[in-house]
Amino acid sequence: MGKHQRIIEKLIHGIFLLLGLVTVGCVLLITVYLILSGIPAIRQIGLLDFLLGDTWESTAKEPSFGILPFILTSVYGTAGAILFGVPVGFFTAVYLAKLAPAKVKSVVESAVSLLAGIPSVVYGLVGMLVLVPGIRALFHVPDGASLLAAMIVLSVMILPSIIKVSVTALEAVPKEYEDASLALGATPIETYFKVSAPAAKSGVAAAVVLGVGRAIGEAMAVMMVSGNVPNMPALFQSVRFLTTAVASEMAYSGGLQRQALFSIALVLFLFIMLINAALNFFLKRDKEG
Amino acid sequence: MNTTISSGRRFYIGLMKGLMVLSAALTCGLALFLIGFVLCKGVSSLTWELVSTKPSYLNDTIGILPDILNTVYIIVATLLIVLPLGVGAAIYLTEYAASKRLVAVIEYAAETLSGIPSIIFGLVGMLVFANTFGKCLLAGALTLVIMNLPTVMRTAQESLKTVPTSLREGAFGLGAGKWRVVRTVVLPGCVDGIITGCILSAGRIMGESAALLFTAGFAHALNGFFSGLGSPGATLTVALYLYANEPRPGAKEASFTIAAILMLLTLAINFAAVLVGRYFKKRSAL
Repeated sequence: MGKHQRIIEKLIHGIFLLLGLVTVGCVLLITVYLILSGIPAIRQIGLLDFLLGDTWESTAKEPSFGILPFILTSVYGTAGAILFGVPVGFFTAVYLAKLAPAKVKSVVESAVSLLAGIPSVVYGLVGMLVLVPGIRALFHVPDGASLLAAMIVLSVMILPSIIKVSVTALEAVPKEYEDASLALGATPIETYFKVSAPAAKSGVAAAVVLGVGRAIGEAMAVMMVSGNVPNMPALFQSVRFLTTAVASEMAYSGGLQRQALFSIALVLFLFIMLINAALNFFLKRDKEG
Repeated sequence: MNTTISSGRRFYIGLMKGLMVLSAALTCGLALFLIGFVLCKGVSSLTWELVSTKPSYLNDTIGILPDILNTVYIIVATLLIVLPLGVGAAIYLTEYAASKRLVAVIEYAAETLSGIPSIIFGLVGMLVFANTFGKCLLAGALTLVIMNLPTVMRTAQESLKTVPTSLREGAFGLGAGKWRVVRTVVLPGCVDGIITGCILSAGRIMGESAALLFTAGFAHALNGFFSGLGSPGATLTVALYLYANEPRPGAKEASFTIAAILMLLTLAINFAAVLVGRYFKKRSAL
């Protein structure tokens, strides 16, 4: 190999290294920007007043910036979505991984990938025109745009992630486990739920955590169905999430209000980082078996 | 044999089976309902005038041609930028990287990136790109590049792993340098992964709205590709959101028509992904 060629090889190696590092650079960029732009408002408002204050009146004459309603709404909304979405997702996943005939499986799987591909604004639009009036009529509340509507929309939106990850985990359960259980006299269905599911529990936990991440990060769909008023969360109350708090005021904000929005994004980012850490923990444990 | 199963166990089995079938049916039903509802509501108001004009407040008409074009522009621009970045990163990881720790760091970064919600990308995109270029499609596309980088990287990586090591060794044995092996042996082997990555990313870009709201803006002006990249514009999803909240007559119908178009595109993209997967599987089996 000539000297000339060796230099070219080195150069190309360097270029690919740079391309590989772009991802790391992006993560650092996002982290640094969020921290830098999120800290000033928190320092000005005070960390406790910001996190635990229960009123958000960003445009009032004497504005108050308490984001406790947003945090609680995001937590409750996500919990609700998990409550509806995980059982349906889990049972569908067991069905797909173990019981379904090949044809049925491919049909259900294409339905799942369709659900995953539908843009969130379409979920929001359908929720706005079906779910919101439905809730108003069914529960006789003045406005159907509520935490409940957001929970239902979110639970549908997280279904595909839960199903896909759980199916992968369930299919990876060694066949010997199931064979042993069947040989001991358990029926197939007992085997799936008492042997396969517990063996895949880390993977299923990862699926749930992934769903939590999706639900807490969703903005547009919940913005269209949750009414967007900074109330303390209640099932039939119009509420605002961490994500929608950022999205709804960004267009016209300025000064401290704008900085406070960045701080909200920082809080959301920290939540996501915690969730990512949990996800990695479960995925790693799943791999180690 | 059934006689040995107690009634309690039989109840449990029946219950579990019922729950499974019910859940799967619910999942399918939801998908069917969403397609049916959106298409029914949207297709009825789909007119040639709507998809071939731009909105005019003077005539009080709504047209979504600019939004369609903006969506196409942003998909093309994003893919053009994200492909070299993502495929290059994947090549580095599978072909060049010697340090396990560095690979782990890059993969961890990609995982982190794919977990970040789009509204945060939108915010950072606004701070970084929209503040430098102004609110325009290019700023939106650059934001989406960061969002889609993990997807492209991972699909390319998966298919690079399927290129047999013996091919590489053969090329090395014939005296080819590393770059030549990558260019002539490895890259052609991962075309399927690149195409799959493109399709997946195109779907995500088409469906994205929160990241574009504050980076690409909401204008509905008709532009060519390059002037479009430099000026603000709403994509179909953003236009849907805007029209859904607009009180003027016809706006709700327009948003449903956009939803129907998006739904058809989603179906088409899913179908394309399946077809491409099947095609390459068949070819690699030969």
